[in-house]
Amino acid sequence: MSHHPVFEIKNLQVGFAHPADSSQTVTAVNGVTLHISKGETVALVGESGSGKSVSATAALDLLPGVTRIIGGEITLNGEKMVSTDKNGKVSHCSISQLRSIRGNHMSIIFQQPLSSFNQTQTVGQQVDEALLIHQPELSRAERKAEVIRLFDKVQLPDPENRFNMYPGELSGGQLQRVMIAMAMANKPDLLIADEPTTALDVTVQAEILKLMKELQEETGMAILFITHDLGVVKSISDRVYVMQAQFNDGKPTGGEIVEEGDTQSVFKNPQHPYTKKLLNAVPKGTAKPLAPGAEVLLEAENIKVHFPIRKGVLRRKVGQVEAVNGISLTLHRGETIAVVGESGSGKSTLGNALLRLFKDGKDAELGGKVVLQGTDITPLFGKQMRPYRTKFQKVFQDPDAALSPRMSVLDIIMEGLTVHGEGSKADMEAQVKKVLARVGMPSEVSDRYPHEFSGGQKQRIAIARTMVLEPDVVVLDEPTSALDMTIQGQVIELLREIQEREGLGYLFITHDLKLVKALCHKVIVMKDGLVVEQGTVKDVFNSPQHNYTKALLGAAFDNVTQAF
Amino acid sequence: MALLTLSPIAKRRWAAFKAHKRGYYSAWVFFICLFLSLFAEGIANDKPLLILHEEGVFIPAYKDYTVGDFGIDDGARSSVTVDYTNDEIFNRVVGSDEDATVIWPPIRFHYSTQDLSGNNPAAPSYTHLIGTTDKGYDVASVVIYAFRVSVLFGLALAIASTSIGVVVGAVQGFYGGLTDLIGQRFIEIWTSMPALYVLIILSSIFTLQGFTFATLFTLFLILLAFSWAGPVGAVRAEVLRTRKMDYVQAARVMGMDEKKIMFRHVLPNALVATITFLPFSISGAVTSLTSLDFLGFGLPPGSPSLGELMLQGKNNPDAYWLWLTSFVALMVLLSLLMFMGEAVRDAFDPRKTLGKGA
Repeated sequence: MSHHPVFEIKNLQVGFAHPADSSQTVTAVNGVTLHISKGETVALVGESGSGKSVSATAALDLLPGVTRIIGGEITLNGEKMVSTDKNGKVSHCSISQLRSIRGNHMSIIFQQPLSSFNQTQTVGQQVDEALLIHQPELSRAERKAEVIRLFDKVQLPDPENRFNMYPGELSGGQLQRVMIAMAMANKPDLLIADEPTTALDVTVQAEILKLMKELQEETGMAILFITHDLGVVKSISDRVYVMQAQFNDGKPTGGEIVEEGDTQSVFKNPQHPYTKKLLNAVPKGTAKPLAPGAEVLLEAENIKVHFPIRKGVLRRKVGQVEAVNGISLTLHRGETIAVVGESGSGKSTLGNALLRLFKDGKDAELGGKVVLQGTDITPLFGKQMRPYRTKFQKVFQDPDAALSPRMSVLDIIMEGLTVHGEGSKADMEAQVKKVLARVGMPSEVSDRYPHEFSGGQKQRIAIARTMVLEPDVVVLDEPTSALDMTIQGQVIELLREIQEREGLGYLFITHDLKLVKALCHKVIVMKDGLVVEQGTVKDVFNSPQHNYTKALLGAAFDNVTQAF
Repeated sequence: MALLTLSPIAKRRWAAFKAHKRGYYSAWVFFICLFLSLFAEGIANDKPLLILHEEGVFIPAYKDYTVGDFGIDDGARSSVTVDYTNDEIFNRVVGSDEDATVIWPPIRFHYSTQDLSGNNPAAPSYTHLIGTTDKGYDVASVVIYAFRVSVLFGLALAIASTSIGVVVGAVQGFYGGLTDLIGQRFIEIWTSMPALYVLIILSSIFTLQGFTFATLFTLFLILLAFSWAGPVGAVRAEVLRTRKMDYVQAARVMGMDEKKIMFRHVLPNALVATITFLPFSISGAVTSLTSLDFLGFGLPPGSPSLGELMLQGKNNPDAYWLWLTSFVALMVLLSLLMFMGEAVRDAFDPRKTLGKGA
């Protein structure tokens, strides 16, 4: 491995024109310096708003519209792409030089595979284009052969047929492979990967990371890996840069690199408080053992949810999607059961079915039996279910979507109380104040509106809305996956604290096994509506039986690339 | 929601509305014009605004008086309504300057006052500031009254058709299934009818006589029949979209019943889409009324109507004051509505008022 840097950024500064006043600029990135050598993988880690993606697009000199490089130097293979003279004047290399660099010496992989492709051209044509631009000497047939060879190399099944397929016909993981093939087409010296696996399921993520590592070993390219996921960083990178958004008097002053170093030593011995905070954000410990003879809160037997597929003018049923197929569980006071699975596995549907949110025969065909604290709620819907709603609640994934933007915090939290309407308005307001304290928010916030809060605060408000009804069972539907890592930890702590204090039973729907280990007693692993494996967290984590569980576990804990 | 305590969202909307300068000033001009036109009887009338007489204070512009009211015993004719345009009667009933103080409106012609003293249409003069029509009506007076009729008619039609559209759209989105299916197909058939021809046929079936409330109401119903379907699609789509939102699902988990969810969470969202469209539907309604009048199928001759004034301009191309006045009046009215519409659209644009942090 040579230590001559392939790519260098020195003191890069990027600014946006101020949204209200275009003569002012808001700094987004403030003095980022990094270097990458041949064959090296360098991770750039940070939370949303830390300027990590802006740094990457600046590296390609691809900044959109109002965003500008306002200082610093970018060097690729010893050639200056961007430089700044003594007077602070920024000069860029010529457009033709840039064109020969982009896609040739330097490529990028984006986060959202589907929106990164042109939907009206086949994937083959789009990869072919990359070759056509930078290797015009190749004939059409040679290019096609090369594209198919690349598809084969990124392990796309049946590469000849894939050449003529449109982006919509491929899965997210397959598209990400096509994107990698496109990025690799001209054997770049540097590959920038901007959260390439965030939109993918964990097991697919592991395959993609493994592929990138293999390709790197083969070609010796350098990889700049931008991510927020510390698990990925730990498993794939040689060195790591940690970026954090900086504030001065509450005003953002741009993201800065707060720590850099060898990945292993940074993880073992973090220096900067922010890095420590990030590493500690991964929840630790295990769930508190249950009190012996704990009361049974919720019992579900052989739950089935089948969505009918209807076609034609008469909406005749032509088939069905078996979203949930025969799941049973028993939830005790103070217990947390995890429902784990990837997108489309039916885990959220299971939660909604238990909550009796589907109308049998209309929305879906239901089966099985749900007993809430001794009452059979299976046949109940709508009005009849109302008395039991206070006992059985749900926290949603995305607080932005779950809080009505038109209502103040007070109205949002009080809404549930008014539905079950006892007590005067003053009483209810007092209850709202109390519940805000329970979720660690000051009571003054009650007059404000959701948009005035950060993601974590919004989720606290959403939890307060649930808790004010004093439920016994709460379905937590991915309550932390829309949040930044440091905030994720806080929300998990809060949920754990409430459970210990008030003895709630949680049904925790998630795809993140790290959270399961820290919070849950039992785990149900779901795939395609079926239970793959079910048992105590200890048993399942220590000796997983099913291959799918093994893959999930491998993806979640540290060695992401060794999941298979 | 109390009007005095605006929610932060309403405040930001108001700020966005004000920031659209052209729309904001258009709104001022429009509402001042509308306010003034509501008092058209006091601006353009052939009856005095105020008479201070020994028998008391009279407001003829707003109230009819008989000869007897002025203290004149004229036998059987005491109960005849006073005609203030006839000098002889005026002098006998009200008397000369010494007997009474008389204040006249600035324009001394009602839209229905025929001035047959000269050749009609008469060019602008001191008596008729922007001339007369071919039947001797004062154009200035007609325009003032026609402005009021157009705006109020447009406003009423827009509000009525929006209300019906919102209800129909909400019902379709809310109940879904067969209701939605039948509703959708019906609207497709209904809106593919050639509305203008049907309107013309309908208004010739209902022979409209005289400028009365009944006439206006008949026209209103005919036009309403073809304008309610406009907002249905937008409202239906918005209801279907909002029903899937997590905060609606959250309300359902809390046990709130579907009807309450509809009114509290779903409809307010759908209404935003229609409010944004309201100024444009008003201008659409004004245009419809004007076109019917112009074609002679709308308000009967002699009504204060911009369409009829325009028709007169077409029939008397030499009388430039006719077509020019109706054109300018319509253009100003429609432009004001359009500019206001742009400002309202800005105010309800979520990217401008509900954006994250921006």
